[in-house]
Amino acid sequence: MNALDIIQLIVSSSLIYAAPLILTALGGTFSERSGVVNIGLEGIMVMGAFMSAVFNIQFAAAFGGWTPWIGLIAGGLIGVLFSIIHAVATINLRADHIISGTVINLAAPAIGVFLTRAIFGAAQTGPLPESFGRTNIFLLDRIPIIGPIFFENTSGPAYFGIILAVVAWFVLFKTRFGLRLRSVGEHPHAAETLGIKVYVMKYSGVLLSGLLGGMGGAIQAQAISNEFGILTIAGQGFIAMAAMIFGKWNPLGVMGAAIFFGFAQSLARIGTYIPIIQDIPAIWLLVMPYLLTILVLVGVIGRAEAPARLGTTYIKSR
Amino acid sequence: MQLIRQHKTWLNNLLVPVLSIVFGFIFGAILMVAFGYNPIIAYDAMISGVFASPYFIGEALRQATALTFTGLGFALAFKAGFFNIGIAGQALVGWVSAIWFALSFPDLPRILLVTLSLGVGAIIGALWASIAGFLRAYFGTSEVIVTIMLNYTALQLTNFLIRDVLSESGNTTESVGENASLSIGWLSTLTQSSRLNLGFFIAMAVVILYWIFMTRTTAGFEIRAVGLNPHASTYAGMSAEKNIILSMFLSGALAGLGGAIHGLGTFGNIFTQGGLPDIGFNGIAVALLGLSNPIGIFFSSILFGVLDIGAGFMPNRAGVPDEMADIVTSAIIFFVGANYIIRYFVDKRAAKKEAASSTKGGDV
Amino acid sequence: MPMSQSVIEMKGITKEFGTFRANDNIHLDLRKGEIHALLGENGAGKSTLMNILSGLLEPTSGEIKVNGNSVKISSPDVANELGIGMVHQHFMLVDKFTVTENIMLGREKSKFGYIDKKSAEKEIKELSDHYGLKVEPSSKVENITVGMQQRVEILKTLYRGADILIFDEPTGVLTPQEIEELMGIMRKLTDEGKSIILITHKLDEIKQVSNRCTVIRRGKSIDTVDVSITTQQELADMMVGRSVTFKVNKKPADPKETVLKVEQLTVKESRGYDAVKEISFEVKAGEILGIAGVDGNGQSELIQALSGLTKSSSGKVHLAGTDITNKKPRKITEAGLGHIPEDRQKYGLILPMTLEENISLQTYYQKPYSNHGFLNYKEIKVHAKRLIEEFDVRTPSEEHTAASLSGGNQQKAIIAREVDRDPALLIAAQPTRGLDVGAIEYIHKRLIELRDNGKAVLLMSYELDEVMNVSDRIAVMYDGKIIAIVNANETNESELGLLMAGVPIAEAKKKSDGKGKEKDAVDSTT
Repeated sequence: MNALDIIQLIVSSSLIYAAPLILTALGGTFSERSGVVNIGLEGIMVMGAFMSAVFNIQFAAAFGGWTPWIGLIAGGLIGVLFSIIHAVATINLRADHIISGTVINLAAPAIGVFLTRAIFGAAQTGPLPESFGRTNIFLLDRIPIIGPIFFENTSGPAYFGIILAVVAWFVLFKTRFGLRLRSVGEHPHAAETLGIKVYVMKYSGVLLSGLLGGMGGAIQAQAISNEFGILTIAGQGFIAMAAMIFGKWNPLGVMGAAIFFGFAQSLARIGTYIPIIQDIPAIWLLVMPYLLTILVLVGVIGRAEAPARLGTTYIKSR
Repeated sequence: MQLIRQHKTWLNNLLVPVLSIVFGFIFGAILMVAFGYNPIIAYDAMISGVFASPYFIGEALRQATALTFTGLGFALAFKAGFFNIGIAGQALVGWVSAIWFALSFPDLPRILLVTLSLGVGAIIGALWASIAGFLRAYFGTSEVIVTIMLNYTALQLTNFLIRDVLSESGNTTESVGENASLSIGWLSTLTQSSRLNLGFFIAMAVVILYWIFMTRTTAGFEIRAVGLNPHASTYAGMSAEKNIILSMFLSGALAGLGGAIHGLGTFGNIFTQGGLPDIGFNGIAVALLGLSNPIGIFFSSILFGVLDIGAGFMPNRAGVPDEMADIVTSAIIFFVGANYIIRYFVDKRAAKKEAASSTKGGDV
Repeated sequence: MPMSQSVIEMKGITKEFGTFRANDNIHLDLRKGEIHALLGENGAGKSTLMNILSGLLEPTSGEIKVNGNSVKISSPDVANELGIGMVHQHFMLVDKFTVTENIMLGREKSKFGYIDKKSAEKEIKELSDHYGLKVEPSSKVENITVGMQQRVEILKTLYRGADILIFDEPTGVLTPQEIEELMGIMRKLTDEGKSIILITHKLDEIKQVSNRCTVIRRGKSIDTVDVSITTQQELADMMVGRSVTFKVNKKPADPKETVLKVEQLTVKESRGYDAVKEISFEVKAGEILGIAGVDGNGQSELIQALSGLTKSSSGKVHLAGTDITNKKPRKITEAGLGHIPEDRQKYGLILPMTLEENISLQTYYQKPYSNHGFLNYKEIKVHAKRLIEEFDVRTPSEEHTAASLSGGNQQKAIIAREVDRDPALLIAAQPTRGLDVGAIEYIHKRLIELRDNGKAVLLMSYELDEVMNVSDRIAVMYDGKIIAIVNANETNESELGLLMAGVPIAEAKKKSDGKGKEKDAVDSTT
């Protein structure tokens, strides 16, 4: 392989592995900015992956090439539905956020596989008829050198995620909704005295995490695994959490971290083709995202500043 | 009067887990009905399947054994005020290190090899958890995130060890020798060669030791105090750092021991894992349902053990996928976690009763 | 200015929490352009009443009229609409947001959701200039002074077009100068036609700034009086419900050997700047040294350093001949320190644990309460029962949780635990905060008893009266330094007040001359 091929391979496979992480990590960012810890992202991804796989198989004939994109929406919607459990438990029923998230993570694979068996009579769906595959980004792929590296034969969902990250940044930091959402994560009581509906904002945060986490799962199923089974989502939700922390709860940083972790994950798989990297034991590439996240939290790589009231239950005054 | 009231709070405490179990099963039944299954046949298959044969009773208790350890492990850190989400990873490193040790010294006498293998599993689990304890104590790093990250690090590391160190690029290790076996002849005979083993008795002993440690020793007193109010405990001269690390160490030791017993007792080897072992997160479920009380944890483990083994009967006898058991488990924990709703109704009823009796009193 | 027109009338307001009546048939009438004080002890029901007025709580019964119209204030939004704004005691500010973001939150100027920060900043600047608030709209709240944070709170209400401002205990965290400034701002606001309710328990503030005063006691409104014709003593009597004796009976002190010796102690605050700056002082056996000062001048950090909860960056501390500089809390305790912490529920007790466990919190690891690492609950119980009896802690049994006790009894349990260990030095930080008069008298008596038994006592309090009445000598802290140490019987409120405001001792003496009797500063460290 020549240098250009290698770079092209690294970039495209990084983006493919990064795509589910970007969306899910952005979801986590919305939830945590509203003050709700969501370690249930893993479970939400499982549900999104399950739903998109079912949709893909059932409706591939009807929608053809558009199937995975509509499957993405289906995955997002089931994610919203599932995140309602987390919202009700943590916001209304005052459950501990970690316990509720653990419940989500316990329940999701069970429900996903239960339903898969109920529908398909087996623990896996089998291969999906329409996957995301690789796409060329319209026009941009014609730019010399940059085009082939970044925009040819690449991951459509990843670019969707990158656009979403910019939108999410704008929403969080430039809009009324974002200001209110962040105020609830920082000082819910102050927000309440100013007439902001604290519960509504928290619900928005958690449900957005459901939407984006479900979509992340859908990408994992339709672009990487190409099926749904118990191993389709194996820790990606937690890596997304890691990316959220590594990106310091800022959508652009989060996106960057997700791409970096996607790069690390892809290296563990394609590293054998690449000089230098092929000499690094794969184990280091596999555990790098986790260790880096710990280092960030410890403060070795800058301080990670979480929302001030993250993980606490807010009880209305009334 | 005093006694009655304390008795009452005790009853109320019991009410949450019991109602949670009931609601969990009801939720499962509703789901089954929705998908056209018969929940009565399914639950019957589950329960009679286990209790009809000594073999499956033995298997359920074997499963409960591992859960007791991981449950106690989670509970100990929880009492000290920490969420040790890393139970699964600690159990896994305990498992792989116990197998590794047993494979490395196959010729040691049995009593020594069993003790040392389990000891190594416990210590490695303890050290793995202590990383999170240390970072929490000296850097204030969230133990939740660190243990999650360590879980996946443990998973990758274990698979790496199995493939590259303990075998020649294989997916399983060799089985450990006779001298590292936990099986007890009469127990296997009694349960028609189930894999129930010595670990079950170790678990019972550890339940009692755990209770003594937490309620009767100064170290347990300190852990409880730090968990309930770290500020006042520091002010009273206890070392928050020491107790954080100690509680995570012991928590990881219990999880590691559970993993070692699971590995030596149930499988006798280790194989590459697709995900983190179930005994980790189910152990958390057990601890939550048992309200972090050792006796409660013991009985919760048995319930979950029965659910786990009984689930295997549902596909054939009732046509219900065996994941149903996990769904019921998570529903139970949902209600335990959201116990506010149960307590709310219990308190409301109590308040009504009290109001009724006090107006009566007022009339006199 | 016409002051007849009522802008707010609260009639027969009752608020019940379960069986507890926080407000019981309260009446309050606020006239246009007046500053109306709401006076009451801690827990009298002032905050509940104001939370009702600002829409955070709904009354169980009663009527509220705003500008003559009967209204139902069902949410903070409705209160806003009615022109009612609250300046909270604990600032309701998001530290990481800018001043502008904090002020506009909930009332953002936006186009299709996109916030127009520029025009909001401009408007806030104008408002700030108009009322002389001197607020910088683009600063982050975490970087501005407490006084400015309070002015941001005021701006928040003005930005929402409030005509009626409620100030909840606004001066507690301010320096005397900032208090002066605040009083000026309040007058300016009423000059502009705003009406103000001032919640406070500080009589001098009421006298200084308010027109009328409504007194609340145990949830009931006692009376509304014209401040200009009512004395402080009369107000105080109405507030507590009986004649208050401001004096504590005690013999003159008989100081002996030095027990605590602090030399050039410097303590950094959590954010890294020096909170305590090269402090030196001594406390002798048989005397009570009081530390006076406005909250936030380094008192908490000093006490935390003395008790080993934080480390000092330089200097030395000796307790009963032992060097305890930067030793661990337990070492210091064993060297002879008893400590009643400032926040008893956070530091003093483990609320969910039983009373007997709490009473053994400092001694559980020693014989006979434990042996080889195993607790001896029999001894723990005997010990607890004895102390409960001796210190008159009112509880059904020693097996009840500390949480089930009243504040006064919780404090008694702490005092019992600390005093029983027979410490050479007792540090009492804010020992009577939030307690009723009976409990306060009991605690003062105990402190003086301890002194008479030849112990050293270090009393830190933000209540000047308490410091003046209980202490033998008074050290005044300002900006991390002890700016003077004076004899309690040779000083007066006026002199201490000036010292607390940072006025050097010589000048303070001059200014307060004629107001009090002749005094001699015993000692001055600056």
